[in-house]
Amino acid sequence: MKVKVISRSTDEFTRERSQDLQRVFRNFDPNLRSQEKSVEYVRALNAAKLDKIFARPFVGAMDGHIDAVSCMAKNPNHLKGIFSGSMDGDIRLWDLATRRTVCQFPGHQGAVKGLTVSTDGRVLVSCGTDSTVRLWNVPNPSLMEPDESSNGEAKPLSVFVWKNAFWAVDHQWDGDLFATAGAQVDIWNHNRSQPINSFEWGKDTAISVRFNPGEPNILAASASDRSITIYDLRLSSPARKIIMRTKTNSIAWNPMEPMNFTAANEDCSCYSYDARKLDEARCVHKDHVSAVMDIDYSPTGREFVTGSYDRTIRIFQYNGGHSREVYHTKRMQRVFCVKFSCDASYVISGSDDTNLRLWKAKASEQLGVLLPRERKKHEYLEAVKNRYKHLPEVKRIVRHRHLPKAIYKAASLRRIIGEAERKKSERRRAHSAPGSMPNPSLRKRRIIQEVE
Amino acid sequence: MGAKVTNDDRINSIPSVEQGISEEEEMKVKKYLRGEAADFKVLQDKKLKGQLAVREDLYGKSAKAAAKAEKWLMPSEGGYLEAEGIEKTWRIKQEAIASEVDIVSSRKQYDIVLPELGPYTMDFTLSGRYMVAAGRKGHVALMDMKNMDLIKEFQVKETVRDVVFLHNQKLIAAAQKKYVYMYSDNGTEMHCLKEHGAALKLQFLNKHFLLTSINKLGQLHFQDITTGEMVGNFRTGLGRSDTIEVNPFNNVVAVGHSGGTVTMWKPTSAAPLIKMLCHQGPVTALAFHSNGHLMATSGMERKIKLWDLRKYEVLQTLPGHTKAMDFSQKGLLAAASGSFVQVFGDFSGSDKYSRYMAHSMAKGYQIQKVSFRPYEDVLAIGHSMGWSSILIPGSGEPNFDSWVANPFETRKQRNEKEVHSLLDKLPPETIMLDPTKIGSVRPTRKKERVSKEERNAEMESALEGAKKKVTLKKKTKGRSKPSKVAKKKQEAVVKAKKPFLEQQAKEEETLKKKRKRITEGENQLPKSLQRFARKVPAT
Repeated sequence: MKVKVISRSTDEFTRERSQDLQRVFRNFDPNLRSQEKSVEYVRALNAAKLDKIFARPFVGAMDGHIDAVSCMAKNPNHLKGIFSGSMDGDIRLWDLATRRTVCQFPGHQGAVKGLTVSTDGRVLVSCGTDSTVRLWNVPNPSLMEPDESSNGEAKPLSVFVWKNAFWAVDHQWDGDLFATAGAQVDIWNHNRSQPINSFEWGKDTAISVRFNPGEPNILAASASDRSITIYDLRLSSPARKIIMRTKTNSIAWNPMEPMNFTAANEDCSCYSYDARKLDEARCVHKDHVSAVMDIDYSPTGREFVTGSYDRTIRIFQYNGGHSREVYHTKRMQRVFCVKFSCDASYVISGSDDTNLRLWKAKASEQLGVLLPRERKKHEYLEAVKNRYKHLPEVKRIVRHRHLPKAIYKAASLRRIIGEAERKKSERRRAHSAPGSMPNPSLRKRRIIQEVE
Repeated sequence: MGAKVTNDDRINSIPSVEQGISEEEEMKVKKYLRGEAADFKVLQDKKLKGQLAVREDLYGKSAKAAAKAEKWLMPSEGGYLEAEGIEKTWRIKQEAIASEVDIVSSRKQYDIVLPELGPYTMDFTLSGRYMVAAGRKGHVALMDMKNMDLIKEFQVKETVRDVVFLHNQKLIAAAQKKYVYMYSDNGTEMHCLKEHGAALKLQFLNKHFLLTSINKLGQLHFQDITTGEMVGNFRTGLGRSDTIEVNPFNNVVAVGHSGGTVTMWKPTSAAPLIKMLCHQGPVTALAFHSNGHLMATSGMERKIKLWDLRKYEVLQTLPGHTKAMDFSQKGLLAAASGSFVQVFGDFSGSDKYSRYMAHSMAKGYQIQKVSFRPYEDVLAIGHSMGWSSILIPGSGEPNFDSWVANPFETRKQRNEKEVHSLLDKLPPETIMLDPTKIGSVRPTRKKERVSKEERNAEMESALEGAKKKVTLKKKTKGRSKPSKVAKKKQEAVVKAKKPFLEQQAKEEETLKKKRKRITEGENQLPKSLQRFARKVPAT
């Protein structure tokens, strides 16, 4: 007879000293844990609810400007610094950690319309309606402690006066060129008081300009003739252009897929395009109920933030038709500029009410240093939530957002209008000769023509 | 040449060894895969197909990782009992086993004799560390089985019919003479649950925090012990019963009745999910295998039946009368009658149970309850003279999971666990026959339309069957005349045809009605608007 029975000595299964960690034994046998799916589902549901409970996206407001904030620029070399320009010509450098002004850059006579920082983080370029471009020295990050006594005011490195008012400016990645948008798109050098190159296609004013992060010689600009134009600095004339039905207010390139860009349009939607194939948008991002004023991509390239004239900020997936998140507060007015922070965890908005606001990119994210176990738990909950996101209850909780009444009503009105339009066009199509009234997809509908 | 041959040999030998390992591993992987992968070929949506393929790949990988880690994570091997020579395992006595095993294990073999207070029933916590035993005459004892010490014993001075642990050893529920009571671990009465009435048997669904009882009137109660809410209160309508068991796989509660039926209940429906006739006489005991596919029932007609719960078919019928049964974690089945305990085991791996061990107590002991201690090779027996504990090698799961049930749990861990289990408390709706259905896609409800040919073919086959079925007895007095026979045959054909014709007529009528409605709608419209009316479908 051979016999063995289970025999456990307590010493083997418990810790030796009270300072030791408790010993953990695992057995992944499915028979030991029944109803796994139910348990996971309940966890997903609870995680979704907890997310709602902990959703406190607003971190703080930064006030100091005495007029609407019109533009912002983030310092690529310094995480907590952000520049903002306002309609009264004031430019400020803010410290996001303390939410205070570090430094002011006085000089502009009219509104500051564009701000940008060179890639090395040393030079700040600003332009405005007073037809000047000003270059400033960015204070050293180590000396960036807010100094109450001197109230640091910087002097411009140089001032370039030009013929027309400026609407936007953007600095080249990896180079010392920058482009301004005004009556035409001008390319400037740091050292020359006159543009080294000018592009013009049509007579209308360019209103935004953005350099491609991957290919330093390519830039996209939008103009008030409802066009989006792609320029190549190596060519003497613009490369491509599309004309849409409504004006594009701002453009952002996807930093991770540099051939793609997203245009913030006046018709409440954003359109993602592939720069090589402009006859059709890759994705239409709908949700805003008023003109989208500004757009900025997260450095991860997976999502972007938009600010709108309807007083909300929304965060979209790069390929999502609807927003993942909407932020609003009672006091926030028309949003003119938004930026994703360089670590992809914060969103900064500047609005008509003279304030900059700091938001979390993930509304329920826990701030501060996480213990490894905490992080694991968050990851686990994220995974189960993702797994059961299609179940009606989880979906309902995850999707639900409280909206201000005005926006809610405007959205439902827009829905009704859209539905009516659809019905009408359907009827007209049914009563006209087949093929005479094409039904272009939403991705093509708002494009009038593409010009080479 | 010689070198070449050896080379070939090596080439041949290596894959065979590898294959052997991979087969063994495959078996392990299969355990962790939790069922077959879905068939993606029928899917139209390419994007979804891609996503699901990635997901399925991930499952395969994690199952493989779990199988690989098994070697390191689960170092302990299970117990076993092997006969040598002409020995038979079921002839081996407990004394012989006690002399072979180590001292700590041999101490798990004992008899507690309390002749005045019996018969006894008992319950273990999930980790098998604590046991509560209750005598019919009101004696309740709470014991720590690891150190073999008595934590608390008290006399409730009333009949106690059953006792169960709630979510941990801090709370006990006892079915007493008139009501169900809840006690803390130091014997304080916490609650008196009057709604349950004079409960005969209690069960606790630990994932749902539901205390389930069946009372003298055959009423089944489900009470949520966290909120006190009575989730379900159902009349079984099949008379008094004291056999009730929870299927650990899906937490469906099965009740065995005196008519030989077994009904399965969930707290959210007043009708049983399943009603199956298992025995000719009253059902005396029920037990569920932990994988949820196997149920053992025993009836008064001296039969133990093993059921496949996926097909609701008998797998095996064993002879023997049984008062109490229990499945161990490793799938051994203990069945007791009178003072004799038999243990059956499935050693062929094909769900064929055969004798494994046997143990007879002193003559005259009436066994009331058998219960395997989780994570140990121990079987506890409650009988009329107290309770006993015997060793059944190979019955318990050798490797416990600290996050599921930890026999060495500290107080802090227990408190943490309580909080977490409350957070993960399942709603009663999650009790269903197939719990893996949660999160799966509901099949389309659209009925398939039967084509005319199909219906005709069906009718033909039915007619053929009807014709063949007609068997006529030889009768006298002219009742077997050819004309009468022909008439009878025709009648059978007409009878078989009737339902098909009726259904056809019904469908035609609905179609006619539909058409009429459409044309009527057209007629009601003024002439100028009639062109906008929906066109009649062309059929």
